[in-house]
Amino acid sequence: MTAQTEVGHHAGQHGRWHWSEIAFWIVVGICAFAFPSRYLIMTEIVRLALFALSLDLILGYAGIVSLGHAAFFGVGAYAAGLLSVHGLIDEPVLALVAAGLAAMVVGFVTSFLVIRGVDLTRLMVTLGIALLLEALAERFSNISGGTDGLQGIEMQPLLGLFAFDMFGKTGFYYSLAVLFLLFLLARRIVHSPFGLSLRAIKNNPLRAAAIGIPVNRRLIAIYTVAAFFAGIAGALFTQTTQLASLDAFSFERSADLMLVLVIGGTGYLYGGLIGAVVFRMLQELFQTITPQYWLFWIGLVLVIIVLVGRQRIHGYALWLPNLILKQIAGRKAVVALTDNEAP
Amino acid sequence: MTSILTNLFDGVAYGMLLFVLACGLAVTLGLMNFVNLAHGAFAMTGGYVCAVLVNQSGWPFFAALPLAFVASALIGVVLERALYRHLYSRSHLDQVLFSVGLVFMSVAAVDYIMGSSRIFIKLPEVLQGQFDVFGVGIGRYRLMIIVICGLLTAALQLVLAKTRFGSRLRAAVDDPRVASGLGINVPQVFAFTFAFGCGLAGLGGALSAEILGLDPYFPLKFMIYFLIVVTVGGSSSITGPFLASLLLGIGDVAGKYYVPKMGPFVIYTIMIVILLWRPNGLFGRTATR
Repeated sequence: MTAQTEVGHHAGQHGRWHWSEIAFWIVVGICAFAFPSRYLIMTEIVRLALFALSLDLILGYAGIVSLGHAAFFGVGAYAAGLLSVHGLIDEPVLALVAAGLAAMVVGFVTSFLVIRGVDLTRLMVTLGIALLLEALAERFSNISGGTDGLQGIEMQPLLGLFAFDMFGKTGFYYSLAVLFLLFLLARRIVHSPFGLSLRAIKNNPLRAAAIGIPVNRRLIAIYTVAAFFAGIAGALFTQTTQLASLDAFSFERSADLMLVLVIGGTGYLYGGLIGAVVFRMLQELFQTITPQYWLFWIGLVLVIIVLVGRQRIHGYALWLPNLILKQIAGRKAVVALTDNEAP
Repeated sequence: MTSILTNLFDGVAYGMLLFVLACGLAVTLGLMNFVNLAHGAFAMTGGYVCAVLVNQSGWPFFAALPLAFVASALIGVVLERALYRHLYSRSHLDQVLFSVGLVFMSVAAVDYIMGSSRIFIKLPEVLQGQFDVFGVGIGRYRLMIIVICGLLTAALQLVLAKTRFGSRLRAAVDDPRVASGLGINVPQVFAFTFAFGCGLAGLGGALSAEILGLDPYFPLKFMIYFLIVVTVGGSSSITGPFLASLLLGIGDVAGKYYVPKMGPFVIYTIMIVILLWRPNGLFGRTATR
């Protein structure tokens, strides 16, 4: 067996569906049926999960730290809203894709700014782009509705068949289906040779360039794809809440998103999904304790996570499941994260 | 013509203020390479300390200003020793998450203690109103800001360039390992510098209550301004951030006056363009370390 086929074999092994992944999606499916009174909050989680998945693509796989990922969320949200308000595309699914493409274009254009410079410049540029778009949306209030938000969004029935109901049932299944499809796409991307090259870039850009990976082109590509995902998440937000407001671009949204991803862990795709569930539950918990000041507790969680160490926290979280798995299957450390953070 | 001069004057005052607010960040972010997004929180602390002393305890404004400095510096040194120093060697992502967490906590905590509305500090009569010099309106408060900040800047430059501590700091920043090999207590130098930077931010926060407005969301609202000062100004000297803050201050005031509809749009665009043109800042050194 040559080295090349061996690598291919290894990558193929990784790309195969693990039973725990199948179990994860079965649990998601069960949740969908088990809590029929919680559609709205579950929709929110699904949306957040999709958004976090998009950040994971650039942060966890390509190592781009972005402080302004909400920019694409906002573009998607406003695109979907405008398409609906002006009746350009009435069919929600088509509008969703169109909004995603709009965000993708913005992502492609801005990616050239992002790949220039090092970490710090990237932080600033991503943050700057999000703020710039927010300022633009505020400036052109005749189009965006300004600080009042975009009003008068009415959703047509999905595929002409399923009307959006007030309990959010349609919205939820719609969002879940979109999440699942895009997850499959993301999974395909990160397990492809392209995805492997991204990991190489994340670990050491110089070495990656030395073995012939076109670093900048790969980064542009994944940034654009991630923008598409974020745009879809934003469009889902608009379509399920029938609202698009300036805070779609806000820094808090980008910061929260990072927390979501960090809670779940980066670089294995499920991090964003799990993180979204945990984050939303934490938020719910804090809001019941101190309705107005839950931001404090979110901040505290962030500080603690960093001080204790992200990997150690995930170690604690996985201790019990691993113990159980060890008892049942007799294998050592069944679930482990491969979160290798570049120094 | 006079309106241009008045705007220029206001812009200079604004820029000076930004410099005092952000120069602590120039050291932590620019020199120590620590992404501290929580810098505005220290400024806010100083502002609120000053406000409480003046409005509730009846202190004179000029006596409360040094205390704003001391309070922020104290909090700064405690946080540095307890938390920040563990994170100097961590990845930028960790530093961002940590400092964002601190900002969130400070915002909510101040909101809880002081309420969410904007607060004002009672100014002594000497500082109110404005007078005319050859037809140019000069605000007394802004003039005081220019005087205080100008003196501070000159003092900082002197300390950095001429004193023993200044050369230690520059050595510690250039190469911490060699510096500690030469017997310089690097962590102590950093801790002191960090605390001093926080103190300056606190002083700036107290001064800015009148001009920028002070409310619990201050650290988030002005975070981008501080970051612009540092990233655009570069970190090789104190003059870079100083010039950058002046540019930013004048640009922002002029932008708001002449093209009010464009809002902050101009500033962000300029920042992005400059960062693309010179990723290490306008006045930064050319090689990355």
